[in-house]
Amino acid sequence: MFEKVLLKNAEKPDAHGIEAYEAAGGYQALAKVLREFSPDGLIQLVKDSNLKGRGGAGFPTGLKWGFVPKDSDKPKYLCCNADESEPGTFKDRVIMEGDPHMMLEGMALASYAIGAEVAYLYIRGEFVLCIERLETALDEAYRKGYLGRDILGSGFNLDIHMHLGAGAYICGEETAMLESIEGRRGEPKLKPPFPAVAGLYECPTVINNVETLACLPHIVNRGVEWFRGIGPEQSPGPKLYCLSGHVQKPGVYELPMGISLRELVDDHAGGARPGRKIKAVIPGGVSAPMIPESGLDVTMDFESLTAIDTMLGSAGVIVLDDGDCIVRAAKNINEFFHEESCGKCTPCREGLDWTGKILHRMEAGEGRQGDLEQLDFLCGSIFGNSFCALGDGAAWALKAAITQFRDEFVQHVEEGRCPFH
Amino acid sequence: MALKNSIEEAAKRYPNPRSAIMPALFLAQKEHGFLSGDLLKEVAGILDVPEIWVYEVSTFYGMFHTEPVGKFHIKICTNLSCQLLEAESMLAHLEKKLAIETGGTTPDGMFTLSSVECLGACEGAPMMQVNDGYYHMNLTTARIDEILDGLRKEAAE
Repeated sequence: MFEKVLLKNAEKPDAHGIEAYEAAGGYQALAKVLREFSPDGLIQLVKDSNLKGRGGAGFPTGLKWGFVPKDSDKPKYLCCNADESEPGTFKDRVIMEGDPHMMLEGMALASYAIGAEVAYLYIRGEFVLCIERLETALDEAYRKGYLGRDILGSGFNLDIHMHLGAGAYICGEETAMLESIEGRRGEPKLKPPFPAVAGLYECPTVINNVETLACLPHIVNRGVEWFRGIGPEQSPGPKLYCLSGHVQKPGVYELPMGISLRELVDDHAGGARPGRKIKAVIPGGVSAPMIPESGLDVTMDFESLTAIDTMLGSAGVIVLDDGDCIVRAAKNINEFFHEESCGKCTPCREGLDWTGKILHRMEAGEGRQGDLEQLDFLCGSIFGNSFCALGDGAAWALKAAITQFRDEFVQHVEEGRCPFH
Repeated sequence: MALKNSIEEAAKRYPNPRSAIMPALFLAQKEHGFLSGDLLKEVAGILDVPEIWVYEVSTFYGMFHTEPVGKFHIKICTNLSCQLLEAESMLAHLEKKLAIETGGTTPDGMFTLSSVECLGACEGAPMMQVNDGYYHMNLTTARIDEILDGLRKEAAE
């Protein structure tokens, strides 16, 4: 039986205050690290744990920290990416609402490792309850001496400031987020230079996701062997999965990395609605290409999903059943990306407008001969030619829908109507 | 003066004043309801940054309003997880009850209705948010009616 780690306290009522967190062993990891670890020692521990970033890309966290130059005399910054906005994703919200100190302790640990004395917590402005809980948690942590000057008598200083996002999905892209903190429009920047070298205010910067940071106190407290003993060797650790759409028990589920998608959907989330059969599942937020029902035996880890041309992404699992129209879903996803495109590059800005118009007329029963081929062409033109992952993700997701469910698209055009609506 | 003080306080969190533009706009919008041209100029003046820097930020982010919005701004998610759970019927119900189209404001200035992108609460689809309040989840038409009645009562008090 898997023992919950990340949601252990969050699922208890009123566990978001510092007393409850301390009673559950909170801030012990910070005390231990400040007492026993050098910054390099902590980086090595996290490298050894093989923790991979939970924001979507799955980049090894310790390796990312290791890219911060040691010889730079510039200030270093940690940014926590709490801009959770990928449709189908709501795991970071649950951590911040239920157990905000766990993430703050993780931020303190990460800041110590990279030598940052200032950290920014970039949280989407709509997350009102999270913001309230975090404001209280920050006050509590300062009052108890876990943040501020000379933390626990160690000489380590850290200030954490909240920066509220204002309704722009693109700011979850790390360079756009940094632009946003600097007070600009959230438009992605070219890499290199990577943020670890020249990020916020041109200074070395690490950006980590909420869930990634939340894993850190547990790795320190319980050790690398424990962490690596959960889930597959290449992507170990506990994982939060978000289940939504046409599934009986939507919600956030904490389970080992590498659980099968079928087990997740059927055994944990109760499977399809009565009388319905699952048709397709999006495994990692709407950027992740959908998988037909026949592919549900895949395991939920970075490597296994990449191997079948989709991705774990944000682990936002959206279930579609046999009553759901794939063309309508594809149109909905396309509208999201088109709306959230920052407009900087042409393939994304114009391409998604064009694909949107075609999908709209197909769903309205006005699809034309050649429309499907036009979508094929446009997906190929947007993918690989967009400035950042937003355009690529949009095209990749659409391409998968067309490939996996081509007959449904053809049927819309040939019958001149949506067979579902 | 209060706005100036709170903006200057927020600016202390950053090494330069440009970074404080977003928090400053949130503060200004909270006080005045929306960001008029004059207000944008005032914010630029307080932070001592070029007006264009403030203007370009105010027009990029969806939560900043450069036009007036109703006393109650209803934001309903229509992205995939909510759409699958009938968000479009909920939106149609709101349009009918408020007698406005999506994006519009009631003639009395009471309600503005917007469809928004994912608010990160898909487990409670369909869902919506009113102003900067807590989320309303697992919506039904009956639940929406209750919420609207509550808001009207709140306005009358």
